[in-house]
Amino acid sequence: MKRREELVEALTGSTLGLFALTVGFLFPLFTLLVLIFESLPAIRKFGLFNFLTGTTWDPVAEVFGALPALLGTLLVTFLASAIALPVSIGIAMFISELSPKKLKPVFSTAVELLGAIPSIIYGMWGLFVIAPLMADYVEPFLQETLGRIPLLGKLFDGAPTGVDALTASFVLSVMIIPFMSTIVKDAFEMTPELLKEAGYGLGATKWEVVKNVVIPYTLPGIVGGMVLSVGRALGETMAVAFLTGNVHQIPKSLLEPLTTITVAIANEFTEADSDIYLASLYYLALILFVLSFGLLMLAKFYLLERLGKRWGTKGT
Amino acid sequence: MNSTPLKIEVKNLNFYYGDVHALKDINLSVYEKRVTAIIGPSGCGKTTLLRCFNRMHDLYPGNRYEGEIILHPEEVNIVSKEVDPIMIRMRIGMVFQKPNPFPKSIYENVAYGLKLKGIKKKSVLDEKVEQALKGAALWEEVKDRLNENAYSLSGGQQQRLCIARAIAPEPEVLLFDEPTSALDPISTAKIEDLIVELKNRLTILIVTHNMQQAGRISDYTAFMYMGKLVEYGPTEKIFTKPDEKLTEDYITGRFG
Repeated sequence: MKRREELVEALTGSTLGLFALTVGFLFPLFTLLVLIFESLPAIRKFGLFNFLTGTTWDPVAEVFGALPALLGTLLVTFLASAIALPVSIGIAMFISELSPKKLKPVFSTAVELLGAIPSIIYGMWGLFVIAPLMADYVEPFLQETLGRIPLLGKLFDGAPTGVDALTASFVLSVMIIPFMSTIVKDAFEMTPELLKEAGYGLGATKWEVVKNVVIPYTLPGIVGGMVLSVGRALGETMAVAFLTGNVHQIPKSLLEPLTTITVAIANEFTEADSDIYLASLYYLALILFVLSFGLLMLAKFYLLERLGKRWGTKGT
Repeated sequence: MNSTPLKIEVKNLNFYYGDVHALKDINLSVYEKRVTAIIGPSGCGKTTLLRCFNRMHDLYPGNRYEGEIILHPEEVNIVSKEVDPIMIRMRIGMVFQKPNPFPKSIYENVAYGLKLKGIKKKSVLDEKVEQALKGAALWEEVKDRLNENAYSLSGGQQQRLCIARAIAPEPEVLLFDEPTSALDPISTAKIEDLIVELKNRLTILIVTHNMQQAGRISDYTAFMYMGKLVEYGPTEKIFTKPDEKLTEDYITGRFG
């Protein structure tokens, strides 16, 4: 009897181990290999440096450069994260510290459900609801106000069409807010009650406790959540395909159309009529893969480790 | 025992956690610049009572106070709804069961209460931080590393840091909730010496499950059992000839 149990245990253990190894290690590795293999023609023709810095994307002349799509990806991701971060911290603070205990689960479920909406629906909502609003009201308003400031105003040059970097970033930020705020909220809730009481015990207000105790204590969690969300935003720029305009150009202002890596791949994959065109799209995918993989690695091994060390696990 | 002025008077205090009647008709006089110990078996309500003095129960919903806790000399009722708990907590500090420094530097930990009080001037902060650390017998050990993270200190040092943090804003009363229960004997002895030292400056209330500790450091002792105050008086009397049989049984270790 004993023997059989041990055998079953050993078998389950090794099966699950194999499974984890396959999913966690072999799949990404295999994907990477496929990407490299498929993009070989483009790698050979353009090399790494020329491809990364090339600004022309001309399927007819078969000249491909990744810079516009790469910069577009980074710009939209950065803007979306910059919008999402303060909002997410606010939501997390409200749910974990301010809302009445009974309503807490209601609010957190509501936010989590927001994250369950398929991303393409956010894209459609962006195109049919947000883009017209941006074109008719928000962007003209921004041009009238921020647009008049020297230098900064350059960011708001151009015709307000609603299909541009600003709208895409905004919709993307709405998409990652549920994700980001849930992670930040979970981090907030890990703050020991005893630590918060220390703050209250000295006569701190709720806001002072959040600002001086909860946020410093959970900083690694907040940073980690942010990096994970940025990683997700990188990949999800696809959902805002409708909103970018898919133009391979480096935008000179936030009101100009642009493209991102994911949008370029999705829009052009079926149209790629030459080998080098297809290989270039694979090459773009490879860059995105390395980018988001690298970001996750950075989050995992560098930031968390470092911040963890800074605040230490010693003590209470 | 009545020559010393009163600092706090507890009058017919009842406390409820939701439907649970946790404290029943407590009456207690706390004397100024004396150490008052609250002892009793686990679950007797001693920590609950202590946390009424700085309205810590307000942080959690469903708690209710009845009766009065009068803080002298102004005779404000601490547990009255009209009284702002934040003002109370600035006057009545607290040291907790486990060391709980903030994830900040040693200096910032001690300066925190001062900053809450609105003190911003660096020179004033520096001076008061030094005084508080000296008052908590920690200055010599940390004066060269004030900017290091508080978590780099040992458990006993962390607890003394928490005491420094609590005394820096110069409260009138200091509450100790089993401050040595997580510490080794040497650290415990240091904290006990410190408490005796501190009573020259402020009024101290300490909850302890360690009777020897109460005997060593307190002037008055309150014995609680099942939410009631069984007996209260000078420590010497409680430990040598208590009036109540229950107190005697507890002191002599027959239960608890």
